[in-house]
Amino acid sequence: MRRPSRGLMLVLMAGGLAACSSVAPPAATPRLEPPPRYRVTLARSTLTADQQIVHVLGRLGYGARPGEVERLRAEGLSAWIERQLAPGRISDEAVEQALGAYPVLPLTAAELYRDYPPARPQDVQRFQAGQMTPQEIREVFPPNRRPAVITAQLQAAKLTRAVLSERQLEEVMVDFWLNHFNVYALKGPVRWMVPDYERRALRPHALGRFRDLVVATAQHPAMLYYLDNWLSTRDDFVLPPSRGGRKLGLNENYARELMELHTLGVDGGYTQQDVIEVARCFTGWTIDRPQQGGEFLFRPVTHDRGEKRVLGTVIPAGGGQDDGLAVIDLLVRHPSTARFISTKLVRRFVSDEPPPALVERAARTFRSTGGDIRAVLVTIFSAPEFISAEAQHAKVKTPLEVVASAARVLGVRLESPEEATQGRAAVMGGGAVLARQVAALGEPLYEAQAPTGHPDVAEAWVSASALLSRMNFALALAHNRLPGARVELAPFLEGVDRRQPAQVLDRLLAVVLRGQVSPDTRRVLGAQLENPEIVRATADDRGPRNTDVEKLTALVLGSPEFQRR
Amino acid sequence: MHGCTRRAFMKGGALSLLGLGAGLGGVPRFLVRAAYAQGAGPRPKVLIAVFQRGAVDGLSMVVPHGDPDYYPARGGIAIARPAAGASDATLDLDGFFGLHPAMAPLQPLWDARRLAVVHACGSPDTSRSHFDAQDYMESGTPGVKSTPDGWLARGLQAAPRPSPSPFRAVAMGSRLPRVLRGEAGAVAMNSIADFDVKSDAGQAMSGGVNTRRGFESMYEGGVRDLLYGTGRETFEAVKMLRSVSPEGLAPANGAHYPRGRFGDSLRQIAQLIRAEVGLEVAFADTGGWDTHAAQGAERGQLANRLTDFAQGLAALDRDLGDRMADVVVLTMSEFGRTVRENGNRGTDHGHATAMMVLGGPVRGGKVYGRWPGLRREQLFEGRDLAVTTDFRDLFAEVARRHLAVPATAPLFPGFAGKAAGYPGVLV
Repeated sequence: MRRPSRGLMLVLMAGGLAACSSVAPPAATPRLEPPPRYRVTLARSTLTADQQIVHVLGRLGYGARPGEVERLRAEGLSAWIERQLAPGRISDEAVEQALGAYPVLPLTAAELYRDYPPARPQDVQRFQAGQMTPQEIREVFPPNRRPAVITAQLQAAKLTRAVLSERQLEEVMVDFWLNHFNVYALKGPVRWMVPDYERRALRPHALGRFRDLVVATAQHPAMLYYLDNWLSTRDDFVLPPSRGGRKLGLNENYARELMELHTLGVDGGYTQQDVIEVARCFTGWTIDRPQQGGEFLFRPVTHDRGEKRVLGTVIPAGGGQDDGLAVIDLLVRHPSTARFISTKLVRRFVSDEPPPALVERAARTFRSTGGDIRAVLVTIFSAPEFISAEAQHAKVKTPLEVVASAARVLGVRLESPEEATQGRAAVMGGGAVLARQVAALGEPLYEAQAPTGHPDVAEAWVSASALLSRMNFALALAHNRLPGARVELAPFLEGVDRRQPAQVLDRLLAVVLRGQVSPDTRRVLGAQLENPEIVRATADDRGPRNTDVEKLTALVLGSPEFQRR
Repeated sequence: MHGCTRRAFMKGGALSLLGLGAGLGGVPRFLVRAAYAQGAGPRPKVLIAVFQRGAVDGLSMVVPHGDPDYYPARGGIAIARPAAGASDATLDLDGFFGLHPAMAPLQPLWDARRLAVVHACGSPDTSRSHFDAQDYMESGTPGVKSTPDGWLARGLQAAPRPSPSPFRAVAMGSRLPRVLRGEAGAVAMNSIADFDVKSDAGQAMSGGVNTRRGFESMYEGGVRDLLYGTGRETFEAVKMLRSVSPEGLAPANGAHYPRGRFGDSLRQIAQLIRAEVGLEVAFADTGGWDTHAAQGAERGQLANRLTDFAQGLAALDRDLGDRMADVVVLTMSEFGRTVRENGNRGTDHGHATAMMVLGGPVRGGKVYGRWPGLRREQLFEGRDLAVTTDFRDLFAEVARRHLAVPATAPLFPGFAGKAAGYPGVLV
């Protein structure tokens, strides 16, 4: 059924009840409960129906797969968006099956320590000193038990999901929060903690309540370790003599980033004194034996029991572990947080320069719903700014988006480690090969060192080096040079005479860009058809002309148009 | 706006003057060199900016061992007092300051008076956010976020060349840093060897020329935006680089770069300088300075970072040899760290830090700047080293004296700094 654009603003309904009225926060496991139904009515737009579909597929997901535009046309765009807002109801068997190749995903940090133990220092020393034979190296560091396997599988799984998942919006939002609440997998034991961090702290709340995300990340060992809060103690805490008798004290790192990056934003109106007070509130929030996969632990003896004053609000003495929760409540209810989160979401879904009026409306929804992320998204998706001609193609794709969208548009088949025969793919599958491409384009997944995560604006991703890497990726993919990521171009050319390069080009532009190509690019590509490299003669130079489909495909994937969404 | 100047920059480029706009592959190297020699005079002055991202602890890098309050404040992370013959102690510079022992590779440069330090240097803005403070130091406008361009880009733009090289400004890395974003045009590259469209077999160059041409032509269109502008610059640069192949130049004078990203960046910057591609401003960054926990003292986490840092700079100096007469290296970091050791044998975000200036034109062998002292009442907000040299005074001196950026050009908008305020690090 097709739903014509009626120019109406959002309609929020929850089985007859307004979802935004927000009575009680949802239970801790939102997946088990039927999520409230959210209705989306797209605003009136000057874009054609197909342009709107391509736009939405590129914003709420990683682009169209073969046949997907037609499917959305049949289902109705609003209906598809509404389904995306309730990912728990979308069956996703292909992904679940493919993810079976990555055993690290369901494991806790403790289990990962058991299965992928860190190298012993004495072994590392001997290895670095060149005192090990290759045979010994394989025995001491078995390739399938090295800690690096954890991040490699995580990266492969992320690409697998981006390319194959039916729950596209959920994947986009998990990625969004992963960067928002960034942790750096290569800092100490964080590597062993990240699978659990994504699985338990981020994914269940990706479309849920903002407060749940803040609490879950604040109490997760990955964040506690990455931003050093596990080390922070009341200023006068002295270790018992049995443990060295050393004086410990406050560490401001998490407190500052919690306000600057997770909630209020850097201009959100806090002071250095607030940073200190917040750090005092979070003293005692630590990890039970971080190097062995321990969990969050509140250690009363290191907690500062005194009174604190955060953003003008007194947090009375003796609150213990609840001090941290009181801070989180203060922060997530602060109007600066509504504005900051809304700005970032509008930047992600609409434009690098978020339209202020839309940010204001999204922030209002954030405040009135107590930080219901779905409701904020509905406000954004229903906005005229979202589906406007100005927003179309306004975003330059991030490396993850370029690689995933190229794989999707060509219907790339990601081979499992068993199927693949070559190199990395045979160990980690095709997803890992694509993940390595994403890193080569400048976005090493789970390995953003700074707490800001990977950026979401064109300026960060458009550089000479990055553009060349994008073109080289296009060439490698189209020529099937990425083992484990199988491309078959022949099906796209059904009914096309390969001796007629213009026909081939038209078909490729239709497949890859849905015909949304500038006259300049079309003209330039048309001129390329005279290039002997594109139109190659057969080996003996006497037979009929044959178009180099791979090279032409690479050119289209490397075009300025494909770099945008 | 963007594309307009960029296009002018391309059109006026030496390559087009010679009529070599396309297909540079077969042009003899000397011809290309001659083109730049004509454009830029004898050999261009070069500035290499090095950013220590994460806020380096200036008090451990250049140790104020003569300050009576240094050792009491720093407990387990203080660097031991200089002692004759001790290699695991502060290397004395002038009786008051000394280098961290991991910086020993730089001692000969100090002795040869080619290395200067500006201590207690930093930003008038009090932000302790890495992100903001880096942004301010790169835009050159502390406290103002809306500045569209970086100070190095403005410096280049204010000193235009009749026929600028596409490699006039280069940043090592996959992203163009804020400091070089702007109208002047700059190139970001991961590595010289990979800076090309690769042929079907996945190798650079041979056979890739026509494919490259195909991509190039799509970015030649008239759209004036970041994507197209960058695309055009990219291909101009690729063609020129292939014609001189700097990647073949082995380090000279027995220079030995440390393994890793920072060493690789400096080695390739030296290759670009030695290949005479017209480089005037290069940028490299190095991370791992955010030592909140277990930063170590004479040895440890921070010492390892300083070793990499010092070995890299010393190798660059050796590699470039006589060419250093025209080269200045300027190091910077967004802020310093707390004077007092924190509860985790580390340091939190502070205020002023130390910056270094290295090269032939440097009046070295001296620590510049007024020392504000480490007594509690002398500290900024009672906890951090106070700033006595505004980083803009140092950067302005380097840009104006070394790169000849005219005094009238708005290098640091809103800053009334005058030559009288320069630290005086350059001849």
